[in-house]
Amino acid sequence: MTDDSRARILNRIAAALGRDSSAASSAAAASYAQIARDYRSANANSDRSIRDLFVERLHEYDAACTRVATPADLPAAIAATLAARRLATPAVASGVPREWLPEGCDFPAADSLSVHELDRVPGILTGCTVAIAETGSIVLQSGSGQGLRRHTLIPDFHLCVVLESQLVASVPLAFPRLVPDLPTTFISGPSATADIEMTRIRGVHGPRTLHVLLVAD
Amino acid sequence: MKPETTHWNRQDFPEAARKELAAKPSQDAPFAHSQTRRNVRNATEIIQAKRNAVVAELPEWQDLRAAGAAIRAHTLEHLDHYLLEFEANCTRHGGHVHWAADAAEARKLVLEILAPHAPREILKIKTMTSEEIGLNACLEEHGMHPLETDLAELIIQMGRDRPSHFVVPALHKSRGQIRDLFAREMHRPELSDEPEALAAAARDYLRQKFLSTRVAISGANFLLADTGGVCIVESEGNGRMCLTLPDVLITIVGIEKVLPSFQDLEVFLQTLPRSATGERMNPYNSIWSGTPGNDGPREFHVILLDNGRSPILADDESRQTLRCIRCAACLNTCPVYHQTGGHAYDSVYAGPIGAILTPQLHSMQAAQSLPYASSLCGACYEVCPVAINIPEVLIHLRGKIVEQQQSTVAGSLSLWNIAMKSAAFLMQDGSRLHAAVHLAQAAQRPLVSRNGFIEWLPGMLNGWTKTRDLPALPAESFRDWWRRTRSANSSLQPSAEQPSEPRHD
Repeated sequence: MTDDSRARILNRIAAALGRDSSAASSAAAASYAQIARDYRSANANSDRSIRDLFVERLHEYDAACTRVATPADLPAAIAATLAARRLATPAVASGVPREWLPEGCDFPAADSLSVHELDRVPGILTGCTVAIAETGSIVLQSGSGQGLRRHTLIPDFHLCVVLESQLVASVPLAFPRLVPDLPTTFISGPSATADIEMTRIRGVHGPRTLHVLLVAD
Repeated sequence: MKPETTHWNRQDFPEAARKELAAKPSQDAPFAHSQTRRNVRNATEIIQAKRNAVVAELPEWQDLRAAGAAIRAHTLEHLDHYLLEFEANCTRHGGHVHWAADAAEARKLVLEILAPHAPREILKIKTMTSEEIGLNACLEEHGMHPLETDLAELIIQMGRDRPSHFVVPALHKSRGQIRDLFAREMHRPELSDEPEALAAAARDYLRQKFLSTRVAISGANFLLADTGGVCIVESEGNGRMCLTLPDVLITIVGIEKVLPSFQDLEVFLQTLPRSATGERMNPYNSIWSGTPGNDGPREFHVILLDNGRSPILADDESRQTLRCIRCAACLNTCPVYHQTGGHAYDSVYAGPIGAILTPQLHSMQAAQSLPYASSLCGACYEVCPVAINIPEVLIHLRGKIVEQQQSTVAGSLSLWNIAMKSAAFLMQDGSRLHAAVHLAQAAQRPLVSRNGFIEWLPGMLNGWTKTRDLPALPAESFRDWWRRTRSANSSLQPSAEQPSEPRHD
């Protein structure tokens, strides 16, 4: 059925567009290249520090953020964050650099946990691929230091390390840094809903707390 | 090919709107309620204010809008090319691509894919295509329970209600109404009406389902031709749960939703969240291709749904309807939607975009009253992030409907057609119009009340005066006044009355 339908739909489209279905537009590439992309030259926030903007936007969307002076300070910053939140050791995504982690803590590897075990860990620690100041977003791609998609979904607390060199001003600047084929998640603040009277409520099914450590590097 | 479920009850808009606007629910309109109207107005005003604020932040908004329109228009012109490219790339990444010409084929495909897994429960992410093909009812008929996981859809499903908005489907419900529903359906009598408590209740209710259910069904916001990718934009994380935890995922998506490139998301991930919920970015966007190793379902199916879309491409003027990215900004800004809410449109797709999309999905053979459900104020066009000129399409479709009616014997003999034809006859010639006006001036006399208005008209014309008064024709028409003050005779005394401003008696 689906093969017939495939031919039928493709024929209908070609007929509606007034062409032969076999001539599936070699002209597409040329015409695509002509689309105006004037928005790329916009740089509204050039006069502001994108670091300050990122922190401000994270706060606006109910995420927490701590600035960390150097990568060498990360272990202490992670330990302090967990202590302040009275959290036991979270799981850690595979590929997170050993030198980020505080000494003497036994961080379970997220890769070794089932979904039910993930539901019981107090949190998850990851890095990211790129972060976007204007929208307060972090972008995770499946793999090194960022875990699988379920790792940053099931635990209730997500601690994410963002290096300042990973921070860009706007959405279009983030795309060249992404590998298009990898599973990708844009995360902007903790899970939320506005389905009840358009009030943004923090925390439905994803992590109810997102804490970003922004590291000067 | 008949998309049988897009237009629910085959009810005309004026009739449906009248029922919705009634102060109390009736058997015909169980959800109509003055409370509902307050909820709709409140919610749309909040979204609009937020949308306007975050759009104003981007000086390049009009450039983004133009690029969005150009990308979508380009894609539609080469739709077969991009669908084939998507199919090849999705398949290369381990996905299965199916093609459904209509709703019945799509349902059949879903049942065939589900058969070997024999699930009792199926997770659902909010999807308008599922609504369009009537999937939930079909699954239940076959002994499976579809479980809506989006908070608003869960509210709709538990309340046996219908969505009234395609971004915020339960916006016609207040927190009190939601509290009562959850308390009853989740057996939680202690529940408060705080939105946080209600969201937490949904979290508790669904968590174990997410961790254990093996099959999920979703829609999609975008398909990406160059990577075979799918993009889903959401807030709660229910989408991510359904996209990553089950073994089997079925995505049902309209053929028009494809974009040429992954990189094109740099436009739509800016314009969609700002237009839809007034956020700079919604909490979660998921993008993936096929079955990416151990990160996601082992089996992934995409059903490309035509169901009345391809014929729309043939019409140069209304093809732009298919650019729509379902942000619902046109609903939130529409003065008609504000008054009636979504149910009056009697369609999966409500509001201005629904008014042009629904009848076209039915090849103009149903929902013909919807293109008239607009004041043509143009607010929808202003806010549309892909610049669909909805008023232009509305007028174009009205023209098509009139032509269609005139082409039938009954239509050509209808009172309306005869009246319009007669009006055209009278207005073609000055002396005919003059005679008609004089006749009307004499005929109206018994009907004009002391305030100069006609408050009641007989027979068929009564429909007009039922809800408003008609100003009476003045005693002297403009043409008579002109002749009196400007003709050869009266030009002897030009200063007696300066005719620079026409007078209304």
